[in-house]
Amino acid sequence: MNRYPLWKYLLVLFVVISGLVYTLPNFYGESPAVQVLPIRANLKADDALLKQVDAALKAANLNAEGGMLDPTSVKVRFENTDVQLKAKDILQAKLGDDYMVALNLQSRSPQWLTAIHARPMYLGLDLRGGVHFLLQIDMQGALDKALEAASGDIRSTLREENIAYSGVNRDGKLVTIKFRDAETRSKGEGELKQRFAGLDFNDKDEGNEILLRATLKPVEEKRIQDFAVQQNLVTLRNRINELGVAEPVIQQQGLDRIVVQLPGVLDTAHAKDILGRTATLEVRLVDDERQFSEGSSPPFGTEMFKDRDGSILLVKKNVILTGERINDAQAGFDSTNNEPAVHINLDSVGTRKFKEATRENVGKRMAIVLFEKGKGEVVTAPVIREEIGGGRVQISGQMNTKEANDISLLLRAGALAAPMEIIEERTVGPSLGADNIDRGFRSTQIGFVAIAIFMIAYYLLFGAVSVLALAANLLLLVALLSMLQATLTLPGMAGIALTLGMAIDANVLINERIREELRNGNSPQASIHAGYEQAFRTILDSNITTLIAGLALFMFGSGAVRGFAVVLCLGILTSMFSAMMISRALVNLMYGRKLRLTKISIG
Amino acid sequence: MEFFSFKRNIPFMSYGRYTTTISLATFILAVFFIATKGLNFGVDFTGGTVMEVHYAEAADLNNVREQLSDMGLQDALVQNFGSSHDVLLQVSLKQNTVGANLSELILSKLQEQDPSVEMRRVDFVGPQVGKELVENGALALLLVSIGISCYLWLRFEWKFGVAAIVANLHDVVIIIGFFAFFQWDFSLTVLAALLAVLGYSVNESVVVFDRIRENFRKMRKTEVPEIIDNAITRTMSRTIITHLSTQMMVTAMLFLGGEALHYFALALTIGILFSIYSSVLVASPLLLLMGVSREDFIKPEKVTEEALP
Repeated sequence: MNRYPLWKYLLVLFVVISGLVYTLPNFYGESPAVQVLPIRANLKADDALLKQVDAALKAANLNAEGGMLDPTSVKVRFENTDVQLKAKDILQAKLGDDYMVALNLQSRSPQWLTAIHARPMYLGLDLRGGVHFLLQIDMQGALDKALEAASGDIRSTLREENIAYSGVNRDGKLVTIKFRDAETRSKGEGELKQRFAGLDFNDKDEGNEILLRATLKPVEEKRIQDFAVQQNLVTLRNRINELGVAEPVIQQQGLDRIVVQLPGVLDTAHAKDILGRTATLEVRLVDDERQFSEGSSPPFGTEMFKDRDGSILLVKKNVILTGERINDAQAGFDSTNNEPAVHINLDSVGTRKFKEATRENVGKRMAIVLFEKGKGEVVTAPVIREEIGGGRVQISGQMNTKEANDISLLLRAGALAAPMEIIEERTVGPSLGADNIDRGFRSTQIGFVAIAIFMIAYYLLFGAVSVLALAANLLLLVALLSMLQATLTLPGMAGIALTLGMAIDANVLINERIREELRNGNSPQASIHAGYEQAFRTILDSNITTLIAGLALFMFGSGAVRGFAVVLCLGILTSMFSAMMISRALVNLMYGRKLRLTKISIG
Repeated sequence: MEFFSFKRNIPFMSYGRYTTTISLATFILAVFFIATKGLNFGVDFTGGTVMEVHYAEAADLNNVREQLSDMGLQDALVQNFGSSHDVLLQVSLKQNTVGANLSELILSKLQEQDPSVEMRRVDFVGPQVGKELVENGALALLLVSIGISCYLWLRFEWKFGVAAIVANLHDVVIIIGFFAFFQWDFSLTVLAALLAVLGYSVNESVVVFDRIRENFRKMRKTEVPEIIDNAITRTMSRTIITHLSTQMMVTAMLFLGGEALHYFALALTIGILFSIYSSVLVASPLLLLMGVSREDFIKPEKVTEEALP
């Protein structure tokens, strides 16, 4: 009755061995590394880059422990942080601005482990050190800006169409247009409705004033808000690249928030400066007539900028438009030949200026320059084919869909970045992080040893089985956390200790039940059987209630607390498995085949 | 080795009157302290800035205070944290006029006098975040209570669900009462510990309830109080041993886990102690009070037998 079929033993063996394999990377530890990422689209991380990096390091007499190539970057490991820091400076100087050189930690585990995706646990910022920011996007600001632009456009539309009006005012979420009589109003309303698909128009008379009221449609509001988040995400990503942080996390949270996590960054002032910066966009003319060479100073009245492929353009200093004049930029397709294109929508002032500039410069190129931190980069430099009026600009030719998307995002980023505010910051220094790991590890270790001694003293052989099952539980839990790459935080480590303390409950239930059955005069084999069977239901019930608590914590918890919840939930699953299957398998192996069992070692 | 071998049932139910009085008294006391003293909410909930800085030599707290009042932060809380080298600074949202940049300003001010100052940790929580965390915490507590009651109701009977949740909320209120009385720092991790205790101590009640149900089936002619006494007596050994083991882990955390886990472990310790008490001496008398009887299980008996392996 206490025998498992072979497949059950094999299953237990398989689970334990996979647990061992996936836990293994945690023991190898990590060494300091430098990660080299190409920033420009036309550069790739390939063997040539790896060789270039190796050569640069050899020339500087720095000893690398090994280089590695992955799809997006080249990583080189070093013996200690001193060498790592030196190597970073040397590589950055050698490779220039086209590459991002970031400090990183690289697992020391052998290749075959990495090949089966066995990685060490992903440590949260409170354990590895770093900064966590929660940024709130000012949605009201974004909506106000959009409405302000719309009211400007309404004015110029009415003027263009020769429809008489006596005023356009924005008050909060409402744009009010005053007309002289009802007839012009209905004419104006028809025209405006055609042009402004995103606005709702309503007639409204106040006293003897004839008014037309415009509000943003809910759909349009949502679109503006989504755009604000998307474009802020893109801008942040671009800026954080420049910080040289390995594995930054930049994610949307909720409707109007962005989480930024920068592992290892301690210069929080610099980080905040970068997050809070606003980008500006300028449209200027390209000077293709004058000769210039790289390194020489640009001719009078011009400046040199790099474009996104790294080649240099000579651009006139005179600014045609700034980014504030761009209402919107979207990727799409050219209606005539279906090529990918970027559609730009200018406001009324922008439209007028753009019309003048394009009329005078047909056949020349214009450059759209994005300025960040005083440094300009040419986003795109199309040729002006004809005079462009009406404020709708299309840039097309020689780009693919992805590029069209990138360019439109960059244009928007410069154009209407909604302001953001830091509403939460959590910074943990690396030394504190290391201390936290130490403390968490030590308390788990000592708690485990204390439980082991007690269990073996109290339940003898069955106690030893329980301790083995508990050890297997720890192994499986760590393996599962490594496999899922769930973030391990300090409360998460506390969760590991706590689930171990709670997991022993299942073993105690079983052992007590077996003792009771023995006391009632049952045979040892029958007692073992009944003990496991009877305890199963109770274990299930009691674990499910804890699981409910864990799930609620996961749903409502944030940050570190969520880490605790993940560990709690996973720990309950592994502890049920180890108490039911692993300890049973061990007991079956020991006693199952003995037909005439008269005594078992349970204290 | 065996610590607990009871030959006869311990008449827990006959103590019912006294234990209920004791529980009620501690409960009222806890509510009293929560109401009068209030909780010492950490920066997670109130919003504000907390900084932990490390000095190479023992820090002069008065000096630090002076420097802060130079910056217009007279009411900042300055205290040692763990050792004399570590200083904890706390600035409330009201005093903070520069938002998230405050920590940098303070650090550079402190470094003017002693360049060895090292930043160990900064927590800045804005007002909107703190409010949300309170709401989410309360919601989680509510959801856990409802979830657990529903589960016990499905698995046993509504009386069991009610008894268990009352007993365990009683534990949670008492833990909060301790935090109010001693004015311990009530942070997000403590809240997590509270919810873990809620899940964990329901275990306790479940184990006893399981036995009660089993006894109702086996001991056909026994009176209800005796059935409950028997169930408690026979699970006593398991109760003590399990809690002893869990407490070993928690004690290790309490003393070795550092400041960050101290109050977490403390909340768990109180929770574990009271959950033994409440499952035996609160939940079970409540069951009796609500008039649990064999009839409650006559119908579900067959169904459960079929549903279980």
